[in-house]
Amino acid sequence: MSRKIIPIGPYHPLQDEPEFFKLHVDGETVVDIDIELGYNHRLIEKISESKNFDQVAFMVERICGICSTSHPFAYVNAIDDLLGVKPPERALYIRTAIAELERIHSHLLWLGLAGHFLGYNTVWMWAWRYREPVLDIFERVTGNRQNYGMMKPGGVRRDMFEEDFPWIKKTLKDLIPKLDMFKGAIMDDPVIRMRTEGVGVLTKEDARDYGLVGPTARASGVNIDIRRDDPYAAYDKVEWQVCTHEGGDVFSKAVVRILELYQSINIVIQCLDKMPKGPIDSGIKDIPPGEGIGRHEAPRGEVVHYIMADGGNSPARHKIRAPSFMNVASNKKAVIGETISDATIILAAVDPCYCCTERMAVVDYKTGKKMMDGQDLIKLSQEKTEKIKNKLGR
Amino acid sequence: MSLRLKALTKSIWVYHLSTGSCNNCDIEIIDMLTPRFDAERFGITLVGSVRHADAILVTGSLNLKAVPRIKQVYAQAAKPCVIIAIGTCSCGQGIFKNGPNCPNPVDSVLPVDIYIPGCPPKPEAMIAGIVKLIEKLNGKK
Amino acid sequence: MKRETIIQNIKIRSGKDLLDFQDKSKNRVYFTINKTILLQIAKYLFNDANARFSTASGVDTRKAIEILYHFAVDDIGLFISLRVTLEKPNLEIDSLLGLFKCAEWIEMEMHEMLGVNFKGHGNMKHLLLKDDWPKGNYPLRRDL
Repeated sequence: MSRKIIPIGPYHPLQDEPEFFKLHVDGETVVDIDIELGYNHRLIEKISESKNFDQVAFMVERICGICSTSHPFAYVNAIDDLLGVKPPERALYIRTAIAELERIHSHLLWLGLAGHFLGYNTVWMWAWRYREPVLDIFERVTGNRQNYGMMKPGGVRRDMFEEDFPWIKKTLKDLIPKLDMFKGAIMDDPVIRMRTEGVGVLTKEDARDYGLVGPTARASGVNIDIRRDDPYAAYDKVEWQVCTHEGGDVFSKAVVRILELYQSINIVIQCLDKMPKGPIDSGIKDIPPGEGIGRHEAPRGEVVHYIMADGGNSPARHKIRAPSFMNVASNKKAVIGETISDATIILAAVDPCYCCTERMAVVDYKTGKKMMDGQDLIKLSQEKTEKIKNKLGR
Repeated sequence: MSLRLKALTKSIWVYHLSTGSCNNCDIEIIDMLTPRFDAERFGITLVGSVRHADAILVTGSLNLKAVPRIKQVYAQAAKPCVIIAIGTCSCGQGIFKNGPNCPNPVDSVLPVDIYIPGCPPKPEAMIAGIVKLIEKLNGKK
Repeated sequence: MKRETIIQNIKIRSGKDLLDFQDKSKNRVYFTINKTILLQIAKYLFNDANARFSTASGVDTRKAIEILYHFAVDDIGLFISLRVTLEKPNLEIDSLLGLFKCAEWIEMEMHEMLGVNFKGHGNMKHLLLKDDWPKGNYPLRRDL
């Protein structure tokens, strides 16, 4: 049996259907893009109204698998805002540590996918391989590799144990040389720079116009980060820096994410070192009528949860706005005028919940006929890298 | 057992289909390929087209918008094709059971052969499930 | 721009169309305004106060549809929410698409979930729900 890895990845190009991203091309250039949403829509905002406040925390975890703790974090921030209370200190540090660990695994996941799209399957395998120790930390601390069930209105659901801290810190410190390797591999590779610099540029004006958030915005030089601007949990108690880059292109987006990986490791280690003893739950019983807005800097950007309570056991209204909702719309600007071989990496650069990138199709601008699907686009991208490599004699 | 089904048990080509999932299961499916779990040593490989697939790994709670597409994909699959429901959502809708946009479970549209629950199921659980399926098919005479 | 300056400017520009002001906490303020001045206040926030449009949330309070427009002034961490009430059945309000592109999708979502019409948007089709979702069936409405 063949040992070849068929690099299909997380896609399933549904054939002959309106695709998620329909690229209209004229020759090699993308002239327009249709973005169609809704294939993952589960009307969670409606279901939330029939769950009690405790259950909502579990449900919003499953909005997106990769940033699964980001939504509960913003949700519990909204409840804290509604009540006007702060959870116990220890709970704040635990929340911060979990959120930053998630950022690490999410960015590594993205690095792997980006590598795959560019044709560097070794980057893919290595990024995902070095993601595994982080998932092991999650399993030790929370019991699950994804969907942690840690966030709870008023605190956290489970404690972290000091006896685990040395092992967690060692696992994270062991990750740093691997990150150095990635950083070197990506920033020093002329082929990758050729593929990503100047590609899919979003300017500061675009960032304002499209309301961009997260690394996508920071890569265009927009210095925003909810953790610093509207501090919550333990972010104002540890030392860390917001990472920005000026290029606005795919390369900048990669750089921002790599730099954030180092910051996140640093934040987690500080949280473990500074974690005070004490309760982890303030024991909230009832939610009185009121409104609360909770925000969190997820790996992809600002998550906003708005809760309206009417004195009952369930939210009267629960509005959820994920960061990709703002960022994905900017693809209209980023990809038009670029070539189809660059389309995949541009669409992936905003790091949407990845199943968004999968359903892609290319339509001929003049005839409206479908020419290629997601598979073909990825292959095209990988082939372009090969051509550049050959040209540079590598 | 038919020759086709027998051949399937030597090396199973799987096609991944999300009917509206949160992607956790989907990522764990890809994780199966990574060096730690290395599903390839069991002959499990992901393919890009459903026409080449021996098995379909289904995730997600069957979003209404996706229903016609799912049916079309299944119609294109070369039979016999086994359906493996991965994750609590595809096994029985899980936490989205009362949602207006996901009124029916996956097995109301597709004939599911094996259910692997979990939120998400660990890659080991998925491999164990697929191996059980292969054993079951081998046991069928 | 300072927090107090922005709050004062909004109050001045709203004049008699400011129905309520809630200073909930250091980073959370709520203004209840008449829908007629929404565009003007949004313009001030986006152009002069350098605020970022974060999102908008609509809720059916049975008597009316209430929309909250959320703006973030990132350099001071302030989150401003403009509350606008639309009395049933007159569910119409100016679109903010002329000001910034990020209004496009959220207005489409509020349209399909609550049945609000955004004047000037020009593309009120389904964003998330399937195309043949029953007409007039707005999932987040309470009069179902």
